[in-house]
Amino acid sequence: MSTAPPVAPDTARVRGNRRPTDVAGLGRLRAGAFMAPALALIGVFLIFPAVWTIYLGMTDYRLTGVAAADPQIVGLDNYTGALGDPEFWRSLQLTLVFVFLSGVLGQTLLGFAIAWSLRHLRPLVKTVIETLVLIAWVVPTSVGAFLWLALLDRRSGTLNALLDSPGTAWLIEYPMVSIIVFNIWVGTAFSMLLFSSALGSVPPSQMESSRMAGATAWQQLRDVVIPNIRGHILTNTLLITLWTFNTFTPYLLTAGGPNGATEILPVYIYRTAIPGGQLGVGAAISLIMLFINLVIALGYMRLARERRRP
Amino acid sequence: MTTPATSTLDAATSSRERSRRTVRKFVGRVLFVVGITLVGFFFALPLLWLVTAPFDANPTLTVSWPEWTLDNFALLAENRYALRSIGNSLVLGLGSIAVVVTLGSLAAYALSRVKIPGRDGLLYGLLLLSSVVTGTAAMVPLFQLMVQVGLINTQTGVILALSGGLLPTVVFILKDFMDSIPKSYEESARLYGARPHQILLHVVAPIARPGLSFVAVWTLVQVWGNFLLPYILLRSPEAQPAAVIMYTFYTESGQANLNLISAFSLVFSLPVVLLYFFVNRRYGFRFHGGIKS
Repeated sequence: MSTAPPVAPDTARVRGNRRPTDVAGLGRLRAGAFMAPALALIGVFLIFPAVWTIYLGMTDYRLTGVAAADPQIVGLDNYTGALGDPEFWRSLQLTLVFVFLSGVLGQTLLGFAIAWSLRHLRPLVKTVIETLVLIAWVVPTSVGAFLWLALLDRRSGTLNALLDSPGTAWLIEYPMVSIIVFNIWVGTAFSMLLFSSALGSVPPSQMESSRMAGATAWQQLRDVVIPNIRGHILTNTLLITLWTFNTFTPYLLTAGGPNGATEILPVYIYRTAIPGGQLGVGAAISLIMLFINLVIALGYMRLARERRRP
Repeated sequence: MTTPATSTLDAATSSRERSRRTVRKFVGRVLFVVGITLVGFFFALPLLWLVTAPFDANPTLTVSWPEWTLDNFALLAENRYALRSIGNSLVLGLGSIAVVVTLGSLAAYALSRVKIPGRDGLLYGLLLLSSVVTGTAAMVPLFQLMVQVGLINTQTGVILALSGGLLPTVVFILKDFMDSIPKSYEESARLYGARPHQILLHVVAPIARPGLSFVAVWTLVQVWGNFLLPYILLRSPEAQPAAVIMYTFYTESGQANLNLISAFSLVFSLPVVLLYFFVNRRYGFRFHGGIKS
């Protein structure tokens, strides 16, 4: 069975320098067998779909009709079609605005501000704020979305009652602002937690000596804190970018409307492929999206590796 | 060398400076308190409805002090759709846990104990893939795949698709756990003639239990609220989990029944919120890595 010669643990210990890592006597073959089911599942449901997208994107696959039974290869038509479609460009533009304002700016800055302020708060206040931010994150997204629908409702929403602005249809008049604020509400917890632990790792002695030297809070932040947590800022920004770019939750709030005003890329793909039935076109846009994901993730890995080097 | 005259001048400016600093400190403090209050308010405001409406005899969309009652939960208990959907969420959650924990621990154990060439590359490659191939980016091929293999509209299909996305992270986490388990236990078990599968089942699994339960809870939290995959892959209401039924409750049922929706939201949210805080207290920040889309 095993390819490695069976070595009794005792003799290995005597030799000292070559203590076997294979303590259970698995052997490479059986180790492979242990890994196979997991790898097979990942292969079929994660890797294969990604690769298959390339093929699907070059066909005229449709959900129903002739093209569903007998799809034809149409080459790069789907891509040229998508890239020539103003709707695609509008969707991409909306996505970039959404990712930048709600993810990069909103969640990161608010998360950092909360983490920064929490350090000097009384434990009770700290727990209350932290718990609220976390619940917003953990509550299932379809519940969170309904809570916001209730809050923003035109006729009896709590926000209109508070602001004394009866009849303001927030989701129709300010659709992008609404989903951006909603996404900040949902996602800030991650940045808050990440920066809380990052701020805990800033050496107190450096903080102390900068305070002795008379640095203001702002100078302290700029010259001591930020250089110390640069890696965390990077991690946070890239993960948030990736997640916000791929989030489908705004759909629960506006379903892409009104008139496509909040049709970010994930919603655009969904509406083209599933209700729209154009699977081939949907796959082509998916591949563009996969490619953007890959660029973000590779950028992250590269920066992380550079950071590890002295 | 300072003359007496300049030193009194210094003292005067420094006292003015000091009082200005006190004022600034005070204003800063006020702004800080106002800011924190606003932030707390921002996060609490939408959540208030979830706390008040389920206990209100006549809930509206506006947050108000409830006329206390538990009738809404009785209403929920009578609703077949709602109950079945929570059952479906449990099936999806427990099914994914079973798949992910079994396959994940086998793979993680092998990766931790046997030197396989290119092991680290494989792990990082898979992790990279799982963050690139998200449910959103892969929804079209996944949908098409499920149609082709006949798993569309089945719980099994959703469980397999979800597990495929979660497994790389799970293997990564579990390998860390396995690496920290001392090898001497397995060595002595082997000395007494235990077979590899016996070692795994009777020696490693009990020691790795904290890691396994951590992964199980993490998986449940990921699956419980997942909307997109079940929304796409399950078209009949009988099979849909609570996350999707919740959405249909407020989009497709003409006049939304707020008594039902409010009670349902709370019952659906509570388990995962409680679990989350339980695990968070026990394991800390490690819990937060991973995908939440």
